[in-house]
Amino acid sequence: MTEPASSPAGGVDFLAHNQGDDVAVAVRDTGPGAAGAAYLDSGERFGITARDAIPLGHKIALRDLGEHADVLEYGVLIGLTRSPVAAGELVHTHNLRSARWQKSV
Amino acid sequence: MAEKRLTGYRRADGRVGIRNHVLILPVDDLSNAAAESVARAIPGTLALPHPYGRLQFGADLDLFFQTMIGTGANPNVAAVVVIGIEPTWTERIASGIAEAGKPVAQFSIERHGDLRILEMAGRRAAQLLQDASELSRVPVERGELLMSIKCGESDTTSGLGSNPATSEAVDRHIAAGGTVIFGETTELTGGEHLIAERCATDEVRKKFQGFFDGYFALVERTGANLLGSQPTQGNIRGGLSTIEEKALGNIQKTGTAPVVDALAPAERPTRAGLNFMDTSCAAAEFITLTAAAGAVIHLFPTGQGNVVGHPVEPVIKITANPLTRSTMSEHIDVDVSGLLQLDYDLAAAGDRLEDVIDRTVNGRLTCAEALGHREFALTRLHPSA
Repeated sequence: MTEPASSPAGGVDFLAHNQGDDVAVAVRDTGPGAAGAAYLDSGERFGITARDAIPLGHKIALRDLGEHADVLEYGVLIGLTRSPVAAGELVHTHNLRSARWQKSV
Repeated sequence: MAEKRLTGYRRADGRVGIRNHVLILPVDDLSNAAAESVARAIPGTLALPHPYGRLQFGADLDLFFQTMIGTGANPNVAAVVVIGIEPTWTERIASGIAEAGKPVAQFSIERHGDLRILEMAGRRAAQLLQDASELSRVPVERGELLMSIKCGESDTTSGLGSNPATSEAVDRHIAAGGTVIFGETTELTGGEHLIAERCATDEVRKKFQGFFDGYFALVERTGANLLGSQPTQGNIRGGLSTIEEKALGNIQKTGTAPVVDALAPAERPTRAGLNFMDTSCAAAEFITLTAAAGAVIHLFPTGQGNVVGHPVEPVIKITANPLTRSTMSEHIDVDVSGLLQLDYDLAAAGDRLEDVIDRTVNGRLTCAEALGHREFALTRLHPSA
Protein backbone atom coordinates (compact mmCIF):
# COMPACT_ATOMS: atom_id res chain seq x y z
CA MET A 1 0.00 0.00 0.00
CA THR A 2 1.40 3.38 -0.98
CA GLU A 3 0.42 6.91 -0.05
CA PRO A 4 1.39 10.22 -1.60
CA ALA A 5 3.62 12.45 0.50
CA SER A 6 1.46 14.84 2.49
CA SER A 7 1.82 18.57 2.92
CA PRO A 8 0.83 20.36 6.14
CA ALA A 9 -2.11 22.26 4.57
CA GLY A 10 -4.44 21.47 7.48
CA GLY A 11 -7.61 19.41 7.53
CA VAL A 12 -11.33 20.00 7.62
CA ASP A 13 -14.34 18.22 9.14
CA PHE A 14 -16.62 18.47 6.09
CA LEU A 15 -16.13 18.76 2.32
CA ALA A 16 -18.79 20.01 -0.10
CA HIS A 17 -18.37 19.35 -3.82
CA ASN A 18 -19.82 22.51 -5.36
CA GLN A 19 -20.78 26.01 -4.28
CA GLY A 20 -24.57 25.95 -3.94
CA ASP A 21 -24.76 22.32 -2.75
CA ASP A 22 -27.24 21.62 0.04
CA VAL A 23 -25.08 19.03 1.79
CA ALA A 24 -21.44 18.42 2.75
CA VAL A 25 -19.73 15.13 3.67
CA ALA A 26 -17.99 14.44 6.98
CA VAL A 27 -14.38 13.46 6.28
CA ARG A 28 -13.88 12.34 9.90
CA ASP A 29 -16.25 11.31 12.68
CA THR A 30 -17.66 14.57 14.05
CA GLY A 31 -19.77 15.43 17.08
CA PRO A 32 -22.34 18.23 17.44
CA GLY A 33 -20.93 21.77 17.51
CA ALA A 34 -18.73 24.08 15.47
CA ALA A 35 -16.84 22.50 12.56
CA GLY A 36 -14.64 23.51 9.64
CA ALA A 37 -15.62 22.87 6.03
CA ALA A 38 -14.46 23.61 2.49
CA TYR A 39 -15.82 23.60 -1.05
CA LEU A 40 -13.83 21.39 -3.42
CA ASP A 41 -14.64 23.43 -6.53
CA SER A 42 -13.63 26.86 -5.22
CA GLY A 43 -11.40 25.92 -2.29
CA GLU A 44 -13.36 28.36 -0.11
CA ARG A 45 -13.40 27.44 3.57
CA PHE A 46 -16.41 28.01 5.80
CA GLY A 47 -17.76 27.17 9.25
CA ILE A 48 -20.83 25.05 10.04
CA THR A 49 -22.54 24.13 13.30
CA ALA A 50 -23.54 20.47 13.48
CA ARG A 51 -26.76 19.64 15.37
CA ASP A 52 -26.08 15.88 15.21
CA ALA A 53 -23.07 13.62 15.46
CA ILE A 54 -22.11 12.96 11.80
CA PRO A 55 -20.01 9.83 11.18
CA LEU A 56 -17.24 9.73 8.55
CA GLY A 57 -18.81 9.69 5.08
CA HIS A 58 -22.26 10.86 6.15
CA LYS A 59 -23.83 14.16 5.15
CA ILE A 60 -24.75 17.36 6.95
CA ALA A 61 -27.38 19.85 5.73
CA LEU A 62 -25.80 23.20 4.88
CA ARG A 63 -29.13 25.06 4.98
CA ASP A 64 -32.72 24.61 6.12
CA LEU A 65 -34.64 22.39 3.68
CA GLY A 66 -38.44 22.04 3.50
CA GLU A 67 -40.44 18.87 3.00
CA HIS A 68 -40.12 17.30 -0.51
CA ALA A 69 -37.38 19.83 -1.28
CA ASP A 70 -34.75 19.26 -3.97
CA VAL A 71 -31.35 18.35 -2.50
CA LEU A 72 -28.25 19.22 -4.52
CA GLU A 73 -24.79 17.65 -4.32
CA TYR A 74 -22.15 17.93 -7.09
CA GLY A 75 -24.46 20.78 -8.23
CA VAL A 76 -26.96 18.10 -9.32
CA LEU A 77 -30.22 16.75 -7.83
CA ILE A 78 -29.51 13.72 -5.60
CA GLY A 79 -33.03 13.32 -4.21
CA LEU A 80 -35.93 14.86 -2.28
CA THR A 81 -36.31 15.40 1.44
CA ARG A 82 -38.91 13.19 3.13
CA SER A 83 -39.43 15.77 5.88
CA PRO A 84 -38.11 19.24 6.79
CA VAL A 85 -34.38 19.22 7.56
CA ALA A 86 -32.64 21.95 9.55
CA ALA A 87 -29.17 23.23 8.75
CA GLY A 88 -26.64 21.14 10.69
CA GLU A 89 -28.73 17.95 10.80
CA LEU A 90 -27.66 14.54 9.50
CA VAL A 91 -28.99 13.88 5.98
CA HIS A 92 -29.42 10.20 5.05
CA THR A 93 -32.03 7.66 3.99
CA HIS A 94 -34.31 8.58 6.93
CA ASN A 95 -34.94 12.06 5.53
CA LEU A 96 -33.76 11.83 1.89
CA ARG A 97 -35.15 9.64 -0.92
CA SER A 98 -34.46 9.07 -4.61
CA ALA A 99 -36.30 11.35 -7.00
CA ARG A 100 -35.81 8.87 -9.84
CA TRP A 101 -36.58 5.38 -8.57
CA GLN A 102 -40.17 5.84 -7.48
CA LYS A 103 -40.38 2.50 -5.69
CA SER A 104 -37.21 3.11 -3.69
CA VAL A 105 -38.85 4.81 -0.75
CA MET B 1 7.19 12.59 -14.37
CA ALA B 2 9.59 10.90 -16.79
CA GLU B 3 8.04 8.36 -19.14
CA LYS B 4 8.64 4.94 -17.68
CA ARG B 5 9.46 1.75 -19.49
CA LEU B 6 6.46 -0.55 -19.69
CA THR B 7 6.67 -4.21 -20.63
CA GLY B 8 4.12 -6.79 -21.63
CA TYR B 9 3.35 -9.77 -23.82
CA ARG B 10 2.60 -9.02 -27.46
CA ARG B 11 0.17 -11.67 -28.71
CA ALA B 12 -0.25 -13.10 -32.20
CA ASP B 13 -3.28 -10.86 -32.88
CA GLY B 14 -1.25 -7.75 -32.03
CA ARG B 15 -2.90 -7.07 -28.69
CA VAL B 16 -0.80 -6.54 -25.57
CA GLY B 17 -1.17 -8.36 -22.25
CA ILE B 18 0.49 -7.89 -18.86
CA ARG B 19 0.11 -11.45 -17.53
CA ASN B 20 0.90 -14.83 -19.09
CA HIS B 21 -1.75 -17.25 -17.84
CA VAL B 22 -2.43 -20.77 -19.10
CA LEU B 23 -6.16 -21.30 -18.54
CA ILE B 24 -8.10 -24.50 -17.96
CA LEU B 25 -11.52 -23.34 -19.13
CA PRO B 26 -14.59 -25.47 -18.37
CA VAL B 27 -17.39 -25.03 -20.90
CA ASP B 28 -20.08 -25.87 -18.35
CA ASP B 29 -20.73 -26.57 -14.67
CA LEU B 30 -20.34 -30.31 -15.23
CA SER B 31 -16.75 -29.83 -16.37
CA ASN B 32 -15.57 -27.79 -13.38
CA ALA B 33 -14.33 -30.87 -11.50
CA ALA B 34 -12.15 -32.07 -14.39
CA ALA B 35 -10.83 -28.56 -15.06
CA GLU B 36 -9.95 -28.02 -11.42
CA SER B 37 -8.29 -31.47 -11.27
CA VAL B 38 -6.09 -30.54 -14.22
CA ALA B 39 -5.15 -27.22 -12.60
CA ARG B 40 -4.25 -29.03 -9.36
CA ALA B 41 -2.17 -31.58 -11.26
CA ILE B 42 -0.35 -28.90 -13.25
CA PRO B 43 0.37 -26.05 -10.78
CA GLY B 44 0.86 -22.79 -12.64
CA THR B 45 -2.23 -23.29 -14.75
CA LEU B 46 -5.45 -21.60 -13.73
CA ALA B 47 -8.95 -23.14 -13.76
CA LEU B 48 -11.97 -20.85 -14.23
CA PRO B 49 -14.91 -22.73 -12.69
CA HIS B 50 -18.40 -21.24 -13.15
CA PRO B 51 -22.01 -22.45 -12.68
CA TYR B 52 -23.40 -22.08 -16.22
CA GLY B 53 -23.12 -23.30 -19.81
CA ARG B 54 -26.03 -25.74 -19.96
CA LEU B 55 -29.34 -25.24 -21.79
CA GLN B 56 -28.77 -21.54 -22.29
CA PHE B 57 -30.37 -20.15 -25.46
CA GLY B 58 -30.92 -17.02 -27.52
CA ALA B 59 -29.26 -13.76 -26.49
CA ASP B 60 -28.19 -15.31 -23.17
CA LEU B 61 -26.33 -18.10 -24.98
CA ASP B 62 -24.75 -15.62 -27.41
CA LEU B 63 -23.39 -13.59 -24.47
CA PHE B 64 -22.16 -16.81 -22.83
CA PHE B 65 -20.12 -17.80 -25.89
CA GLN B 66 -18.85 -14.25 -26.36
CA THR B 67 -17.72 -14.07 -22.73
CA MET B 68 -16.02 -17.49 -22.74
CA ILE B 69 -14.26 -16.92 -26.06
CA GLY B 70 -13.31 -13.35 -25.13
CA THR B 71 -11.85 -14.50 -21.80
CA GLY B 72 -9.72 -17.16 -23.47
CA ALA B 73 -8.65 -14.70 -26.16
CA ASN B 74 -7.73 -12.00 -23.59
CA PRO B 75 -4.12 -10.85 -24.14
CA ASN B 76 -3.27 -11.74 -20.52
CA VAL B 77 -3.71 -15.39 -21.55
CA ALA B 78 -0.93 -17.33 -23.30
CA ALA B 79 -2.78 -20.59 -23.98
CA VAL B 80 -6.04 -22.35 -23.11
CA VAL B 81 -7.23 -25.89 -22.44
CA VAL B 82 -11.01 -26.05 -22.98
CA ILE B 83 -12.91 -28.91 -21.30
CA GLY B 84 -16.62 -29.50 -21.89
CA ILE B 85 -19.09 -32.29 -21.30
CA GLU B 86 -19.73 -32.82 -25.04
CA PRO B 87 -17.67 -31.90 -28.12
CA THR B 88 -19.83 -29.42 -30.06
CA TRP B 89 -19.94 -26.42 -27.72
CA THR B 90 -16.40 -27.29 -26.59
CA GLU B 91 -15.26 -26.97 -30.21
CA ARG B 92 -17.18 -23.72 -30.65
CA ILE B 93 -15.38 -22.09 -27.71
CA ALA B 94 -11.97 -23.56 -28.57
CA SER B 95 -12.12 -22.46 -32.20
CA GLY B 96 -13.30 -18.98 -31.19
CA ILE B 97 -10.28 -18.59 -28.92
CA ALA B 98 -7.94 -20.04 -31.55
CA GLU B 99 -8.88 -17.16 -33.89
CA ALA B 100 -6.74 -14.95 -31.63
CA GLY B 101 -3.77 -17.03 -32.82
CA LYS B 102 -2.88 -18.59 -29.46
CA PRO B 103 -2.48 -22.31 -28.67
CA VAL B 104 -5.76 -23.95 -27.68
CA ALA B 105 -6.46 -27.60 -26.81
CA GLN B 106 -9.92 -29.10 -26.34
CA PHE B 107 -11.29 -32.16 -24.56
CA SER B 108 -14.81 -33.45 -23.99
CA ILE B 109 -15.71 -35.74 -21.14
CA GLU B 110 -18.44 -37.98 -22.59
CA ARG B 111 -17.08 -41.39 -23.75
CA HIS B 112 -13.89 -40.75 -21.74
CA GLY B 113 -14.76 -39.84 -18.14
CA ASP B 114 -13.08 -37.36 -15.80
CA LEU B 115 -9.99 -39.49 -15.11
CA ARG B 116 -8.98 -40.09 -18.72
CA ILE B 117 -9.60 -36.37 -19.38
CA LEU B 118 -7.40 -35.55 -16.41
CA GLU B 119 -4.54 -37.47 -17.98
CA MET B 120 -5.02 -36.26 -21.57
CA ALA B 121 -5.71 -32.62 -20.69
CA GLY B 122 -3.06 -32.63 -17.99
CA ARG B 123 -0.37 -33.76 -20.45
CA ARG B 124 -1.38 -31.02 -22.89
CA ALA B 125 -1.62 -28.39 -20.15
CA ALA B 126 1.91 -29.17 -18.99
CA GLN B 127 3.25 -28.67 -22.53
CA LEU B 128 1.37 -25.40 -22.96
CA LEU B 129 2.65 -24.17 -19.59
CA GLN B 130 6.24 -24.95 -20.55
CA ASP B 131 5.80 -23.20 -23.90
CA ALA B 132 4.24 -20.14 -22.22
CA SER B 133 7.16 -19.95 -19.81
CA GLU B 134 9.46 -19.18 -22.75
CA LEU B 135 7.45 -16.13 -23.85
CA SER B 136 9.31 -12.93 -22.95
CA ARG B 137 8.15 -9.52 -21.89
CA VAL B 138 8.83 -6.87 -24.53
CA PRO B 139 8.61 -3.06 -24.42
CA VAL B 140 5.03 -1.86 -24.94
CA GLU B 141 3.34 1.52 -25.20
CA ARG B 142 0.90 2.74 -22.58
CA GLY B 143 -1.68 3.35 -25.29
CA GLU B 144 -1.68 -0.35 -26.25
CA LEU B 145 -3.12 -1.40 -22.87
CA LEU B 146 -6.89 -1.76 -22.70
CA MET B 147 -8.02 -0.52 -19.28
CA SER B 148 -11.35 -0.87 -17.50
CA ILE B 149 -12.73 1.05 -14.52
CA LYS B 150 -15.47 0.28 -12.04
CA CYS B 151 -15.91 1.24 -8.41
CA GLY B 152 -17.47 -0.94 -5.71
CA GLU B 153 -18.81 -0.79 -2.17
CA SER B 154 -18.65 2.92 -2.83
CA ASP B 155 -19.32 5.54 -0.22
CA THR B 156 -19.11 9.30 -0.19
CA THR B 157 -15.31 9.11 0.04
CA SER B 158 -15.36 7.51 -3.42
CA GLY B 159 -16.86 10.63 -4.99
CA LEU B 160 -14.54 12.86 -2.96
CA GLY B 161 -11.25 11.01 -3.40
CA SER B 162 -10.74 7.60 -5.00
CA ASN B 163 -12.91 8.26 -8.06
CA PRO B 164 -11.39 11.68 -8.85
CA ALA B 165 -7.92 10.11 -8.43
CA THR B 166 -8.95 7.40 -10.89
CA SER B 167 -10.18 10.05 -13.31
CA GLU B 168 -6.66 11.46 -13.36
CA ALA B 169 -5.31 8.09 -14.47
CA VAL B 170 -8.11 7.69 -17.02
CA ASP B 171 -7.43 11.07 -18.61
CA ARG B 172 -3.69 10.32 -18.76
CA HIS B 173 -4.29 6.88 -20.28
CA ILE B 174 -6.52 8.31 -22.98
CA ALA B 175 -4.10 11.19 -23.63
CA ALA B 176 -1.45 8.51 -24.30
CA GLY B 177 -3.66 7.03 -27.01
CA GLY B 178 -5.17 4.36 -24.80
CA THR B 179 -8.68 2.96 -24.46
CA VAL B 180 -10.73 2.79 -21.26
CA ILE B 181 -14.04 0.99 -20.68
CA PHE B 182 -16.55 2.18 -18.08
CA GLY B 183 -20.15 1.03 -17.62
CA GLU B 184 -22.48 0.29 -14.68
CA THR B 185 -25.65 1.25 -16.51
CA THR B 186 -28.07 1.64 -13.59
CA GLU B 187 -25.40 3.44 -11.62
CA LEU B 188 -25.63 6.42 -13.94
CA THR B 189 -29.22 7.14 -12.87
CA GLY B 190 -29.50 10.82 -12.05
CA GLY B 191 -26.31 11.65 -13.94
CA GLU B 192 -27.03 9.92 -17.26
CA HIS B 193 -27.47 13.33 -18.89
CA LEU B 194 -23.84 14.11 -18.03
CA ILE B 195 -22.68 11.03 -19.96
CA ALA B 196 -25.08 11.69 -22.84
CA GLU B 197 -23.67 15.21 -23.17
CA ARG B 198 -20.15 13.76 -23.47
CA CYS B 199 -21.02 11.32 -26.28
CA ALA B 200 -18.87 12.19 -29.28
CA THR B 201 -21.62 11.85 -31.89
CA ASP B 202 -25.42 11.62 -32.08
CA GLU B 203 -25.03 7.98 -33.11
CA VAL B 204 -23.10 7.14 -29.92
CA ARG B 205 -25.55 9.18 -27.83
CA LYS B 206 -28.47 7.26 -29.26
CA LYS B 207 -26.80 3.91 -28.55
CA PHE B 208 -25.94 4.99 -25.00
CA GLN B 209 -29.44 6.28 -24.31
CA GLY B 210 -30.92 3.06 -25.68
CA PHE B 211 -28.85 0.97 -23.27
CA PHE B 212 -29.68 3.25 -20.34
CA ASP B 213 -33.42 3.42 -21.04
CA GLY B 214 -33.55 -0.35 -21.49
CA TYR B 215 -31.94 -1.07 -18.12
CA PHE B 216 -34.01 1.60 -16.39
CA ALA B 217 -37.21 0.08 -17.81
CA LEU B 218 -36.08 -3.37 -16.63
CA VAL B 219 -35.68 -2.07 -13.07
CA GLU B 220 -39.01 -0.21 -13.12
CA ARG B 221 -40.85 -3.22 -14.56
CA THR B 222 -40.01 -5.31 -11.52
CA GLY B 223 -41.80 -2.82 -9.27
CA ALA B 224 -39.12 -3.54 -6.67
CA ASN B 225 -37.71 -1.19 -4.06
CA LEU B 226 -34.00 -1.20 -4.89
CA LEU B 227 -32.89 0.54 -1.71
CA GLY B 228 -30.38 -1.92 -0.22
CA SER B 229 -29.58 -3.43 -3.63
CA GLN B 230 -28.73 -0.22 -5.52
CA PRO B 231 -27.47 1.60 -3.50
CA THR B 232 -26.19 -1.49 -1.65
CA GLN B 233 -26.39 -1.87 2.12
CA GLY B 234 -22.64 -1.22 2.15
CA ASN B 235 -23.12 2.01 0.21
CA ILE B 236 -25.76 3.13 2.72
CA ARG B 237 -23.60 2.19 5.68
CA GLY B 238 -20.91 4.39 4.15
CA GLY B 239 -23.23 7.39 3.87
CA LEU B 240 -24.68 7.18 0.34
CA SER B 241 -28.43 7.83 0.48
CA THR B 242 -29.82 7.58 -3.08
CA ILE B 243 -29.00 6.10 -6.47
CA GLU B 244 -28.50 9.62 -7.81
CA GLU B 245 -25.85 10.42 -5.20
CA LYS B 246 -24.09 7.11 -5.90
CA ALA B 247 -24.23 7.73 -9.66
CA LEU B 248 -22.73 11.20 -9.42
CA GLY B 249 -19.83 9.80 -7.40
CA ASN B 250 -19.45 6.96 -9.89
CA ILE B 251 -19.26 9.36 -12.82
CA GLN B 252 -16.40 11.24 -11.12
CA LYS B 253 -14.01 8.48 -12.17
CA THR B 254 -14.69 8.72 -15.91
CA GLY B 255 -12.47 11.77 -16.38
CA THR B 256 -13.10 14.41 -19.01
CA ALA B 257 -12.70 12.65 -22.38
CA PRO B 258 -15.59 12.34 -24.82
CA VAL B 259 -17.42 9.00 -24.95
CA VAL B 260 -16.42 7.55 -28.33
CA ASP B 261 -18.64 4.45 -28.34
CA ALA B 262 -21.38 2.60 -26.47
CA LEU B 263 -20.70 -1.16 -26.39
CA ALA B 264 -22.93 -4.16 -25.78
CA PRO B 265 -21.87 -6.43 -22.87
CA ALA B 266 -18.46 -8.08 -23.55
CA GLU B 267 -18.15 -6.29 -26.93
CA ARG B 268 -14.57 -5.52 -27.90
CA PRO B 269 -13.95 -1.78 -28.38
CA THR B 270 -12.78 -0.64 -31.81
CA ARG B 271 -12.37 3.09 -31.11
CA ALA B 272 -9.50 4.45 -29.00
CA GLY B 273 -10.63 6.57 -26.08
CA LEU B 274 -13.39 6.34 -23.48
CA ASN B 275 -15.97 3.61 -24.21
CA PHE B 276 -19.22 2.98 -22.33
CA MET B 277 -20.30 -0.68 -21.93
CA ASP B 278 -23.84 -1.73 -20.96
CA THR B 279 -23.27 -3.78 -17.79
CA SER B 280 -24.49 -4.78 -14.39
CA CYS B 281 -22.97 -2.86 -11.49
CA ALA B 282 -21.96 -6.06 -9.66
CA ALA B 283 -18.16 -6.03 -9.47
CA ALA B 284 -17.29 -9.56 -10.56
CA GLU B 285 -19.84 -9.53 -13.39
CA PHE B 286 -18.50 -6.22 -14.64
CA ILE B 287 -14.83 -7.22 -14.67
CA THR B 288 -15.69 -10.57 -16.27
CA LEU B 289 -17.40 -8.66 -19.11
CA THR B 290 -14.53 -6.20 -19.60
CA ALA B 291 -11.93 -8.97 -19.46
CA ALA B 292 -13.94 -10.76 -22.15
CA ALA B 293 -13.77 -7.55 -24.19
CA GLY B 294 -9.97 -7.73 -23.88
CA ALA B 295 -9.23 -5.39 -20.95
CA VAL B 296 -5.89 -6.24 -19.31
CA ILE B 297 -5.87 -3.95 -16.26
CA HIS B 298 -8.67 -2.70 -14.03
CA LEU B 299 -8.81 0.33 -11.71
CA PHE B 300 -11.21 -0.26 -8.81
CA PRO B 301 -11.90 2.63 -6.44
CA THR B 302 -13.66 1.49 -3.25
CA GLY B 303 -15.10 3.19 -0.21
CA GLN B 304 -16.22 0.51 2.25
CA GLY B 305 -13.80 -2.13 0.91
CA ASN B 306 -14.96 -4.36 -1.94
CA VAL B 307 -12.36 -7.17 -2.16
CA VAL B 308 -13.03 -8.35 -5.75
CA GLY B 309 -10.38 -9.75 -8.06
CA HIS B 310 -10.44 -11.53 -11.42
CA PRO B 311 -8.47 -14.56 -12.64
CA VAL B 312 -7.28 -12.93 -15.86
CA GLU B 313 -7.50 -9.14 -15.44
CA PRO B 314 -5.52 -7.70 -12.47
CA VAL B 315 -7.58 -5.36 -10.27
CA ILE B 316 -5.96 -2.35 -8.57
CA LYS B 317 -7.83 -1.12 -5.47
CA ILE B 318 -7.86 2.56 -4.59
CA THR B 319 -9.47 4.02 -1.48
CA ALA B 320 -9.82 7.44 0.10
CA ASN B 321 -11.59 6.07 3.18
CA PRO B 322 -9.18 6.17 6.15
CA LEU B 323 -11.22 3.55 8.05
CA THR B 324 -11.05 1.09 5.13
CA ARG B 325 -7.37 1.82 4.64
CA SER B 326 -6.60 1.00 8.26
CA THR B 327 -8.95 -1.98 8.73
CA MET B 328 -8.49 -3.65 5.29
CA SER B 329 -4.98 -2.63 4.31
CA GLU B 330 -4.19 -5.99 2.70
CA HIS B 331 -6.78 -5.20 0.00
CA ILE B 332 -5.72 -1.64 -0.81
CA ASP B 333 -3.09 -1.00 -3.50
CA VAL B 334 -3.29 2.80 -3.45
CA ASP B 335 -4.29 4.97 -0.49
CA VAL B 336 -5.48 8.47 -1.41
CA SER B 337 -7.21 9.26 1.90
CA GLY B 338 -5.09 12.38 2.21
CA LEU B 339 -7.34 13.94 -0.43
CA LEU B 340 -10.07 14.15 2.22
CA GLN B 341 -7.87 16.33 4.41
CA LEU B 342 -6.62 18.40 1.47
CA ASP B 343 -3.11 17.12 2.24
CA TYR B 344 -2.26 16.92 -1.47
CA ASP B 345 -3.98 17.58 -4.77
CA LEU B 346 -5.47 15.30 -7.42
CA ALA B 347 -2.37 15.47 -9.60
CA ALA B 348 -0.28 14.07 -6.73
CA ALA B 349 -2.84 11.32 -6.14
CA GLY B 350 -2.81 10.62 -9.89
CA ASP B 351 0.99 10.35 -9.85
CA ARG B 352 0.84 7.74 -7.08
CA LEU B 353 -1.86 5.76 -8.88
CA GLU B 354 0.08 5.92 -12.15
CA ASP B 355 3.16 4.57 -10.38
CA VAL B 356 1.21 1.55 -9.10
CA ILE B 357 -0.40 1.04 -12.53
CA ASP B 358 3.03 0.96 -14.17
CA ARG B 359 4.46 -1.46 -11.61
CA THR B 360 1.40 -3.69 -12.02
CA VAL B 361 1.80 -3.63 -15.80
CA ASN B 362 5.43 -4.66 -15.35
CA GLY B 363 4.48 -7.64 -13.23
CA ARG B 364 3.88 -6.53 -9.63
CA LEU B 365 1.00 -8.57 -8.20
CA THR B 366 -2.01 -6.58 -7.03
CA CYS B 367 -3.42 -7.14 -3.54
CA ALA B 368 -6.30 -9.12 -5.07
CA GLU B 369 -3.88 -11.34 -7.01
CA ALA B 370 -1.73 -11.93 -3.94
CA LEU B 371 -4.82 -12.82 -1.87
CA GLY B 372 -6.06 -15.25 -4.52
CA HIS B 373 -9.21 -13.36 -5.56
CA ARG B 374 -10.28 -14.94 -8.86
CA GLU B 375 -13.95 -14.04 -9.19
CA PHE B 376 -15.25 -15.18 -12.58
CA ALA B 377 -18.94 -14.29 -12.81
CA LEU B 378 -20.88 -14.73 -16.02
CA THR B 379 -23.69 -12.26 -16.72
CA ARG B 380 -27.03 -13.96 -17.44
CA LEU B 381 -29.64 -12.20 -19.58
CA HIS B 382 -32.50 -14.63 -18.92
CA PRO B 383 -33.21 -18.12 -17.45
CA SER B 384 -32.02 -21.32 -19.11
CA ALA B 385 -34.43 -23.53 -21.05
